[in-house]
Amino acid sequence: MTLTESGLIEADVLERVLAAALRSGGDFAEVYAEDRAMTAISLDDRRVEELSSGHMRGAGIRVVSGETTGFAHTADLSEEGLLAAALAASAIARSGAGGRRQVALSESRATPPNDVRIHPAQVAKAAKVELLQRADDVARSTSGSVVQVSASYADSRRRFLVANSEGLLTGDDQVRTRFSVRCVSSGDTGLQTGFESEGLTIGFELLDGDTVERLTNEAVRRALTKLKARPAPAGVLPVVIKSGSGGILFHEACGHGLEADHIVKESSVYAGRLGELVASPLVTLVDDGTAGPNWGSYAVDDEGRPARRNVLIENGVLVDYMWDDMSARKVGRASTGNGRRESYQHLPMARMTNTFLLQGEEDPDEIVAQTPEGVYVAALGGGQVNTATGDFVFGMTEAYMIENGEITEPIRDANLIGNGPDVLARVDAVANDFGMSPGTCGKDGQSVPVGCGQPTLRVTGVTIGGTAGA
Amino acid sequence: MPELVEIAKAIAARASGGEQIEAYLSTGKETEVRSFGGAVENLSSAESAGVGVRVVKDRRQGFAWVGALGQAAAAEALAEARDNVAYATEDAHAGLAGPDGWPAAALELWRDELAAAGTDTKIAMALELERQVRSDARIRQVVRAGYSDSSVEWAVANSLGLAATSRRSTCHLFAYAIAGEGAETATGFGYSAGRAPSDLDVVACAGDTVERAVRMVGATKPKSGQLTVVLDRRVTSTLLAVLAGTLSGEEVSKGRSLFANRLGEAVACPGFTLVEDPTNAAALGASPFDSEGLATRRNELVEGGKLMGYLYDSHAARVAGTASTGSAVRGGYRSTPGVGARAVALLPGELGQAEILARVGEGLFVQSISGVHSGVNAVSGDFSVGAEGLMIRGGELAEPVREMTIASTLQKMMQQVTHIGSDLEWLPASAAGLTLAIEGLSLAGG
Repeated sequence: MTLTESGLIEADVLERVLAAALRSGGDFAEVYAEDRAMTAISLDDRRVEELSSGHMRGAGIRVVSGETTGFAHTADLSEEGLLAAALAASAIARSGAGGRRQVALSESRATPPNDVRIHPAQVAKAAKVELLQRADDVARSTSGSVVQVSASYADSRRRFLVANSEGLLTGDDQVRTRFSVRCVSSGDTGLQTGFESEGLTIGFELLDGDTVERLTNEAVRRALTKLKARPAPAGVLPVVIKSGSGGILFHEACGHGLEADHIVKESSVYAGRLGELVASPLVTLVDDGTAGPNWGSYAVDDEGRPARRNVLIENGVLVDYMWDDMSARKVGRASTGNGRRESYQHLPMARMTNTFLLQGEEDPDEIVAQTPEGVYVAALGGGQVNTATGDFVFGMTEAYMIENGEITEPIRDANLIGNGPDVLARVDAVANDFGMSPGTCGKDGQSVPVGCGQPTLRVTGVTIGGTAGA
Repeated sequence: MPELVEIAKAIAARASGGEQIEAYLSTGKETEVRSFGGAVENLSSAESAGVGVRVVKDRRQGFAWVGALGQAAAAEALAEARDNVAYATEDAHAGLAGPDGWPAAALELWRDELAAAGTDTKIAMALELERQVRSDARIRQVVRAGYSDSSVEWAVANSLGLAATSRRSTCHLFAYAIAGEGAETATGFGYSAGRAPSDLDVVACAGDTVERAVRMVGATKPKSGQLTVVLDRRVTSTLLAVLAGTLSGEEVSKGRSLFANRLGEAVACPGFTLVEDPTNAAALGASPFDSEGLATRRNELVEGGKLMGYLYDSHAARVAGTASTGSAVRGGYRSTPGVGARAVALLPGELGQAEILARVGEGLFVQSISGVHSGVNAVSGDFSVGAEGLMIRGGELAEPVREMTIASTLQKMMQQVTHIGSDLEWLPASAAGLTLAIEGLSLAGG
């Protein structure tokens, strides 16, 4: 299928709109047009509350003139609608030298990183609903202490094209499917929660076999385990983080700080440090938009640049940052395929795709056995970072004490806080059991799907934000 | 185009044979200008519109949305929503909100001044804000500085006879700056919010940004221990928004609230009175109607420490056997309504921030917190957030501290409030800010 066959906008219309966008000046113009359809189903309190379908299409037009970007978007994909948006986007470029510009588009396609076997749109709604009821049944039959279950299913298909004044015309067709389960348990210590989810850039085959049972059992186990949890310690302890438990550690500790916009503006602790040792030599960090069906994968980014595998930190040495087109232009280099946007209503910026720490050689059980005292984090929630100071937090949603080299009592939810470069330097053990998980990353008001990964690893000291004396 | 509410009514009027239909429509206009290095970095102008349709039939609900307005979009949303009905589980309480006779408050939430303001005015404010922040020699970088505004008109109508429409304008200035070098680096974020450009205060926004960054330069990691914290107004606002979420009647009936079955009990210290009042036009979240079309009203949640009530939309109210409190909220045309707060505030006390610091004597003033979404569990009540701020010594702000957490449980924190400030301020959030002192929190640092 060619892009224009997808019915979004014809190539000759795009050429005219791009030419119009530059008529009053400007160095660069771009049209990003998108059609997105999604299904979301929620089950809560024993009931499928509703099945919700959504559909949006529209285009965002960007005009760059020197250091200034003008942007406008429209839901009207007719030539008239696009020309009006082009005019609005170019308003800021009025002062520049105008003139007639010809744009000739040449279409290119990138290979998608994975196949979609069962397209969700071709699956009966009833089959999707049945999954949620199964999650509810499984959770409630496991234990009488499970007092509430909510589950959600979501699929989306996002087709877009990008055309720019340099003649680029490309696009992508991205399918994502996700399932998550949340349980509430009740006991002598009050209420507790357990959560688990899986999301991949594939179709309904995500839910083949016993996926629903596996995710549900994991959420239930977490909620029940925490009923016996004692307050988390307050203070600095060694922390062992389980493989695939979120990988959010690196996403927050350095991922955001390696995004080019923070580098160009010198608002990152990692700015100006290329070639320097910024982490323990055990740390090799990669951002890879081509990493199979992981949650952050795609064929081309939202500026039309092919996704790539980019090594960011190699054996502790800072090798490169993640670049979007606009930041790359400012320093005269090429994009690394990290320009992403939430939708046609947003401007792209440098974002992560699938960011992960390569595995090491140690046995994960051995790492725990060699930790006399500490905390074992089996599941992480979200996190947040201040890229300028490097301070970051991340939440633990399933964790235990480590005493004499053994995992012992569970502890209650708390945030951990650390400073990026300091924590990276303190990684002193990396295991051979790599795992990934999906997440939603928020930056500057825009959310995009990302993958996070890591093997089991140990950090010699992190501040644990609990309430008990450590 | 006809009035939004007329389009909504026309969609609702298509209900037939035991069907209930609700249409929610909105249109919005947004502008954002960012200044960087003395020039315009981005100028975005956006218009968006959409329709969301809820259909209830045979005690089942279906929903669909389309990101466009017009006959075709409405027809697509209605057809999809009707098709989706069959897949929901039968629910004895399913249904839309019926008229309850409550009169809507007359609120002035729209200012023509915003629509009339030219792009040049907005650009000038953004540039001036950046200039003022940058002009302070202690500021190394202004990462973000700008102006944004939004004008939204929305309408909801249903086949039970409810119809409501409202519009609001809001605008903001925002700045994020860095002071200090290397390990001494500190950041400050400031803003100013209002309903029209003349409400905005460039000088105050710039000054706030600079002060917050500069006073944190050289912050160190403090020692762990137990102490009293004094929360900055913004931090209190975030905390109150989390608390209001636990008082949702929907969460209560679904067994996910730590305040379930506690009506009439003393859940907070005696001075603690928490009210949700979207009819207060001073609140930036004010609205005459809720998202199902019922009039909003004043709801007392906690009075003198005693739990007085929960918030309900029509569905949660039917489940609990009570009436809606006009507290349906929705994230726009793309989502169905749920229970939520728009304008929560604590009844202010008598002391200003300086007086509270003086009375507390020794403790921690919390300038900002992080990781609320990852470290606050609204079901169990566990509270653990990253924090930065200034130590309080001898009743005054002293050295800056960072890279620490403060932790407790929501249950304990409500009981251990020692001072409530008189400095109430409506912030661009669902809760008002004021200075709040709470004792007995755990600080985890070095």
